[in-house]
Amino acid sequence: MNRLGALAAAAIFAVTLPFCLKPYGIYLISMWAVLTIAAIGLNLTLGYAGQVSMAQGAFVGIGAYTVALLMQTGCPFALAFLAAGLLCFVLGWILGYPALRVQHHYLAFVTLAFTTLVFLVLRNEEWLTGGTYGINGILRPVLFGWSTRKPLNFYFFSLGVLIILSLATWWLLRSPWGRAFVGLRENPLRAASLGIDTRRYTLMAFAIGSGLGGLSGALYAPLVQYIEPGSFGLSLSFNLLLMVIVGGSGYFFGPYVGALVAVLLPEWTQIAEDYYLIVYAALVMVMMAFCPSGILGLIDRILKLAWRGNRPAPALRTEGASS
Amino acid sequence: MSSFVQLLVSGLATGAIYALIAVGFTLLWQTSQTINFAQGEFVMLPAFFILAGMNWGAPFWLAVLIGVVISIVVLGFLFKIIVVDPMLRYGVLPLVISTIAFSLLLKESAKDFYSSQAQPFPALVPATDIDVFGAAISTQSLTVLAVAILAVTALHFLLSKTRLGRSMQATAQNPTLARILGIPVQRMVLYTFLINAVLVAIASILISPIYLAKFTNGETLGLAAFTAAIIGGFNQVRGAILGGVILGVLDNLSAAYVSSQYRGAFPLLILIAVILLRPQGLLGRVEERTV
Repeated sequence: MNRLGALAAAAIFAVTLPFCLKPYGIYLISMWAVLTIAAIGLNLTLGYAGQVSMAQGAFVGIGAYTVALLMQTGCPFALAFLAAGLLCFVLGWILGYPALRVQHHYLAFVTLAFTTLVFLVLRNEEWLTGGTYGINGILRPVLFGWSTRKPLNFYFFSLGVLIILSLATWWLLRSPWGRAFVGLRENPLRAASLGIDTRRYTLMAFAIGSGLGGLSGALYAPLVQYIEPGSFGLSLSFNLLLMVIVGGSGYFFGPYVGALVAVLLPEWTQIAEDYYLIVYAALVMVMMAFCPSGILGLIDRILKLAWRGNRPAPALRTEGASS
Repeated sequence: MSSFVQLLVSGLATGAIYALIAVGFTLLWQTSQTINFAQGEFVMLPAFFILAGMNWGAPFWLAVLIGVVISIVVLGFLFKIIVVDPMLRYGVLPLVISTIAFSLLLKESAKDFYSSQAQPFPALVPATDIDVFGAAISTQSLTVLAVAILAVTALHFLLSKTRLGRSMQATAQNPTLARILGIPVQRMVLYTFLINAVLVAIASILISPIYLAKFTNGETLGLAAFTAAIIGGFNQVRGAILGGVILGVLDNLSAAYVSSQYRGAFPLLILIAVILLRPQGLLGRVEERTV
């Protein structure tokens, strides 16, 4: 009941907030909604399948360029949106397949390499991507005669997509597939002995996560209306990774909280303007040392202490150490 | 042909620097299962320590000495005590995240507290070319090669010929057994962190005159170190050396003969190929999984 109450309060807040904000504030919360989608995808990979992906930023980039380029040829937004998600899903599958054949941390390295490769292609293939100049003048979509050109409209559009994708993820995690994901996280060895093909499910979690990254990019392009390769380098992937961790990896609402911290806090706390990233990085390190399960893990722990429960909060799992 | 020799030598020099970085990286992995994602930033930073020392009026050699000492304290000792030790009990993944955050911290600190502009860095020797069979070989490349070979030889001697080095190897291979044999395992692990700090400081001194000291240098250098380590074999010091040299030579040759725009892409393609075909690396052995 408590949880439902908190959810309802958050929903009311998300709907009423933009009416009290200036256009830049609305832009920021739209960015929050868009990046949350990418973080939800990464949470599937990291929080549920226990694999570090450093390519989520690259998938956001691929999604953004797909939509921008397809819309230039006159393709309707809805189709371009789906194409972006599908392309990233397929690329994620192809990329994850070799890496997940090998145990240990190879997915991290392969995705690191992939992000750099994507950046090079976006920068060098000028005939397609416009090179370092990027693509500008990306139009915001018109849906059933409802234009999302105004910031407020685009925010509600992004929020709507976020809610739909959240429900889909929620459903996925309740389905037998999702149960298998959780089984992987809790105890890979037991999952394997129950007949779950762990490698296939890990790959699936990574591919779906990548697909969500693509969908996030598909909204990113019309939100910022100007995209260039530099936006989708390693730093975006790192930021998304930190978002998931800070919010609480493996918690359903972790990405929402993490994205909130990463997107809105730097703008709202003007105190440490220049040193924000240093403080942020230091806080992440402190958090990893004392509470690797993130902000939601911390809240969980405090609530449990308050209720005098003595079950430890779920810690961040590693794929190798627990097998 | 002469241009080929020139490219080869400068490629070997770059590769030798990559090898130093990759060796430190694999040492940390072997003794403490630390995948140091801040390794690139570790190479970027000592140059700034040295520049800061020179700004205080110290002559170059003294600044180098100060820089190396600060590197050992900060990137070796403090890194081990403050960042790695509290994380070890959680396993590999949280430590990976923590080193990523640490790399961000180091990068932003260099930018905010020193400068966001690329800083010129004094070279060890004046840049002149020597004529070797018609190929103009730069003295800088030769110095880099000489220093790197010296460092690697010294390390090899330390690891395989001294009691201390053999204790460190034992620690890497089987910490439990090493402890039973009376080897102070924690101290040995600490020594590898200190050695890594020295290696990155040397790499920093060698590479900064070429790339200039810039806070973003760590990104490419870190990637090069991971790639070299994986190509050569994650669990072998020899592998890291081979991987580094292959990477450096390939980098220079592909930039000259195939495409300079995609020079960064070839090592990555090789990385993916190695992971596909020979995941344990060229010289690596298949790692036994601990249960």
